[in-house]
Order: sequence, then C-alpha cells, then structure tokens
Amino acid sequence: MGKIEWAMWANEQALASGLILLTGGIVGVAGQFRGWQFAAYAVAAGVFVCLLEYPRSKRSKGTSVERPGQYCFTVCVKAFGPLTRNYYVRAFLHAAICVPGGFMLATVMGCVCLGIASLIYLAAAIRGEKWMPILPKVEVKAPVETMKNPPQNPPPRPPAEFRRKHVDDLEGAAYDNPMSVTADE
Amino acid sequence: NQNKMEQHGIYLSSFYLFLWMGVNIFLFVWYYFYYDLGDEFFYTRHLLGSALAWARAPAAVLNFNCMLILLPVCRNLLSLIRGSFMCCGRTIRKQLDKNLTFHKLVAYMIGLMTGEPSFFLLHCKHFRQGVYDKLSTALSALEDGANTSYLNPVRKTDIIPTYFVFTTIAGLTGVVITLALILIITSSMEVIRRNYFEVFWYTHHLFIIFFAGLVFHGAGRIVRSQQNEKAHNFTFCKDRPEDWGLIPECPLPTFAGVPGYHPRTLAVTLFLLPFFRPGCGCVGFETLLELQLVKSGFKMDVGQYVFLNCPAISQLEWHPFTMTSAPEEDFFSVHIRSAGDWTDKLIDIMQKLPEGAQGPKMGVDGPFGTASEDVFDYEVSMLVGAGIGVTPFASILKSIWYKFKEGNPKLRTRKIYFYWLCRETHAFEWFADLLCVLEKEMEERGMGHFLTYKLFLTGWDQNIADHAKVQVDADTDVITGLKQKTHYGRPVWDKEFEQIRKENPTSVVGTFLCGPEALGKVLEKKCAKYSEVDPRKTRFYFNKENF
Repeated sequence: MGKIEWAMWANEQALASGLILLTGGIVGVAGQFRGWQFAAYAVAAGVFVCLLEYPRSKRSKGTSVERPGQYCFTVCVKAFGPLTRNYYVRAFLHAAICVPGGFMLATVMGCVCLGIASLIYLAAAIRGEKWMPILPKVEVKAPVETMKNPPQNPPPRPPAEFRRKHVDDLEGAAYDNPMSVTADE
Repeated sequence: NQNKMEQHGIYLSSFYLFLWMGVNIFLFVWYYFYYDLGDEFFYTRHLLGSALAWARAPAAVLNFNCMLILLPVCRNLLSLIRGSFMCCGRTIRKQLDKNLTFHKLVAYMIGLMTGEPSFFLLHCKHFRQGVYDKLSTALSALEDGANTSYLNPVRKTDIIPTYFVFTTIAGLTGVVITLALILIITSSMEVIRRNYFEVFWYTHHLFIIFFAGLVFHGAGRIVRSQQNEKAHNFTFCKDRPEDWGLIPECPLPTFAGVPGYHPRTLAVTLFLLPFFRPGCGCVGFETLLELQLVKSGFKMDVGQYVFLNCPAISQLEWHPFTMTSAPEEDFFSVHIRSAGDWTDKLIDIMQKLPEGAQGPKMGVDGPFGTASEDVFDYEVSMLVGAGIGVTPFASILKSIWYKFKEGNPKLRTRKIYFYWLCRETHAFEWFADLLCVLEKEMEERGMGHFLTYKLFLTGWDQNIADHAKVQVDADTDVITGLKQKTHYGRPVWDKEFEQIRKENPTSVVGTFLCGPEALGKVLEKKCAKYSEVDPRKTRFYFNKENF
C-alpha cells in the first residue's frame, strides 16, 4: 500500500461528489421541495467543486493522463498558488462545503460523498502530497547549426620531402589514387 | 473482407449484448406499466405521482443486473464452464474472455439505474411544500390497526425528510449501498485501477456491503398496494373519502407492502458464493526471486496462476502470480519481482535464509485457468509475449517441450513461433536462460526447427545499435547469448504472418497473446486478414490472454 497517491482517488471521488451535489441540487430546486434553498446552494457548490477538481494533478511517479480539455482549468487552478496546491486546504474546504448539503434530502448523498473525498484528501495531505499542474513540456531547442564553421587548421600533411613530386616518375606523380579503381560491371 | 470465423465471433457477442439489452428494456417497460397502470396502485400513485413507476422500473432492472454482475468475475465458475465447454468449440470459450467487458457494462447499467430515479422524485408529494388535497389527506390518515392498514409510510406532515430516510430500513440501506456503489465506481476509474491497484482492489470489496444492504432494502415494505380492490372500487370511492367505512360500497381500503427479496433469492446468492474467487491484474517486476513450491495433490495446467499468501508478512494479503513451471515438473514455481511492500518483504525474507534452508510456509489458492490451455490443440502455435506478458509462456514452452520429449499424444503442436517483445532484456534474463536451455536441447535432438523465436527489443538506443552493428557476424546474439538474433524495434506483423503462412500452407495456426490491448487489436486484425476462407489452407485463430 506504500506507493499509493491518495490524492488521485480523492480527486475522482471529489469530482463525482461535485456532480452528485449538482444533480441533487437541481432536483431539489426544480421540485420546490422543503428546504430548496439548500438545494440552490448545492447547485453553486457542485459547480465550484467540479471546476476545482476537474484538472488532474501531475503524478509524482509515472505518466499523468490529462482529462480532456483540462488545460484552461489547470491554468486557473494554478493561479491560486498555495491555496490549491496544498491538500490540507482542500480537505477543510470540502468538509466545509459539504455541510449545508446535509440539511436537505436531495443533496444528502452529495454531502456524504464530498465528506469522504475530504477525508481522503486529508490522508493525502498528511502524507505530504501536493497538487502539481500538468503543463505541456516546453522544449528548449538548441540553436540549429545550419553552417558549420570552416576548419581553422589546415589538414595534416606529410613533411615537405614527400610532398615534392618526383621528376623521374612523372606518370606516378601526376595522379595519386588512394584506392584502386575497377570498372563497373 | 472479414473471414467467417471472426464474423462468427462478432455475431455471438452482438447476440448476447442484444439479448441482455432486450431483457433490460423489457423489465423496465413491464414494471413501469405494472406500477403506472395497476389498479392496486391507484391510491399509491395519488400520493407519489409518476415517481412510483419511474422509481420501480429501474429497481427491476437493478435486480436483474445486480444478479448478473458477479457472474462474469466468478473465477471458479468460469473455470468450470470452460471445462464443460471443451467439446463445444473454440468460439464459445472465447466468449468467456470478454467477461471483464461485460462486468463493466453491467456496472454502468447499475450506476445509471441508481441515479435515474432521483430525477423523478420531483413528483413525490410526500415531501412537497404544498398542501395535500382531500384524498391525499384521507389516505395519509389511514392508521395501522386491526381493521385498517396504512398507505403513507410518512406518518407525520411535519417530518424532516432526511430524518425519515435515516430511520427507515429502505432509506438507511439505500444511502449506505449507494455510497458503497459510488466509492466502488470512483476507485475503478482507469487511472486508479491501473496505477494504484490496491485502492481499487480493497475498495471493490465494498460489494459485500452493497449486496448485504440490497438484500434488506425492501424489508421495510414501504411501497404499498391496495389489497381489497374488489370490495372498495376506487373509481367510485376516490371522490368520497369522507364516506369511507360508512357506506357499504366503500369500506376502508387496506394496504400491504410489496415484499422485498424472497428467501429463495438469498439462498441462491449464498450458494453462488463459494464460486466467487475474484481475479485481479498483472504483477509488476523489478528484482527477481524464483520460488519453487511443493504442495501435495496440487495439479496445474499451463499458463495458470495462483494466489500466494505469506502469513509471516500479512495474514490478509493474497497476491496473484503466473506460474512459470510446467505441469510435468514435480514442483511449481513462480517468478516474483519487487513491485510493492509485500513482494519486497518476501524477497527480503528469502535473501536472509541460510543456504539450502526451506522458506516460510506459504498459502496457495488456485490454480486458476486461462485460455492458454488451448495452446496444445493447434498444429502451429504463434505465441506473442510482450513485457511481463512473457511469463505464462515460460510455463507453456516448458510444457510443450516436456510433452514432445515424452511423445505425449495430447500434443498436436509440431511448430511454434514465439515472439518476445520487451523494452530491455535485463528484466527477463531468466527467460532468456530458459530459451537458451531449450535451444540447446532441441539442437541435440536435431529438432532445431521445432521452435522459432524472435526477440524484439523495443527500447533500443544508439549505443546498443552501434554495438550490434559491430557484432553482426558473431555466432550468438550479443544481448542474449542466444543463437537467434535480436531484432530492434517492433515487429512488422505483415511480414511475420506472411512468413508463417508461407511455411505452413495448410495448417490451423493458433495465435496467443499476453500483452497490451492495443497489440491484441492489431494481431486480431492480422489474423483475420491472413486467414483463408478455404478450410484446407492456412487459418489463424486469435486467443487473447487477460490476466
């Protein structure tokens, strides 16, 4: 059990709770049930929780899979800095948000689920986990060398005696072929 | 241009799906009208509105699906069915490979049916802000006594709904099991399941609470129907609630609750329990430990897996491991890699043992069967192991070789093509050693062509490639020391299938894969593409492993 990142599960649970809270809130308001004001609150709270929890955190080990279209949410959530990075804050925030949901039947399920998400976040916070944004990697391109500098030194040459062409062997001195050449067949 | 066999498989899957969906739709519609039109529910409908039918119809679908959800994951039951279907052909047994897909489908249906009624509580007058009409007031006033029976389970008009929910059996069990269901669903999300398997595994055990609560959910019998319709005609009496009990045409209506689960259902559920042996996913690898175990009366088949438990480490934890030994050996072995706390501790204990000493006592559950039992039936087998998926093939290859040496008539295989794909072989040196041993033995018997294996290193880098270039003329492979050379990069499946088809123009080729789903899809397509419709020519059958 040692390698678990509790925050990943807390995130799934919190997102689901947000949706359940939202649904319960809509039912409560539309049906004009007793205590529908709590339901109206639940709609707002549900939307808020969903927006906060939609961007998945980067995993500390392994590849992170983004949720579709989460980039803009990531940027928004990242903007709050330590408030959203720290999981203690999230745990207490969710615990506080979920309480009013318990006062109305339609939203009670959302309340309990969010409460559990809050507990899991607390466990994550105690273990020192943090929310890290998944950002596309900015590749640092090395300046492309289109032209290499011309060589600064002349190529190595044998000493002067060998370079001088021998007059007695004119044919041999005329053209020095490094490799034997055979006709193509 | 799909070949007949693949079409057959698809038709069968579609048929089952169609059948299942058909039953769901039928149940929903039937029970919807049962509650919406039934005379005995007229008064109930007056209080609840259309919420009654909209809540009871999904309940029927839920009953059906909750019954089904355990069946696809009952490992013992699956093994039993596989065994009894030995005669019925490969197509039916391959259907059982799709068990997990079906389990997920049924789970989605359960989730959907649990959520749907909440929308229709909009019509529920029990807890409305408004005032009850004359009829509703009269109905709610009915007491529970000797000559009368109540209809409205909510006895007071000023009751707090949440309080009511938590003080009735239906309400309390409803909340508990919905909560269990939500936790199970969130921990089954792909991200959690693949990366933090224990969270998924332990949370899934909440299904026990789910079923316990479900069984008692209807015990309170709060949905009530009228019992004396013949004596009390609602068409006439509904407009005269003040005359009930005072005129002969309208005696007080009596009600009784719709019963919950019949004891028979409970008995069937308990009977199925011993068949339930939940399975789980792959085990990851790091440092290697080969464990050889002996157990009296233990019988295994190739490619099977067992659950191991070490009381010295943890009383409760059971972990699955694929067996790497062949049934012909007098012990059974597993190769264990360091992948978490439990495996780390086990490796630690074993390392601390003095030379030649016996290890601690272990609990073994299983073995549990997989489709690799089919591998001996094919004349030509094409085995593909990717990464850690190569493990069951250790067992299979060893067993094939033993059977071949003994001249076992059960073995119809006369040629094997083995494809091993991995990022780097360092993790699987033990398997390379096994191939080396098999290679030597086959050469000694002049059977060098029995096994053709190809290793594909998908994680090569420039260093390895350069080294290989230099060593290209060497007799044995530079990486594995094997005679057959390592290939770099992924296999070109078209080429491989072409080669097999060319070398075996009239055979049935069984293709077995243990590896990622994406590869399975590719191989399935290739099997279809390269199979001939003519039964005298080469045909490829694809079998997918799912650990």
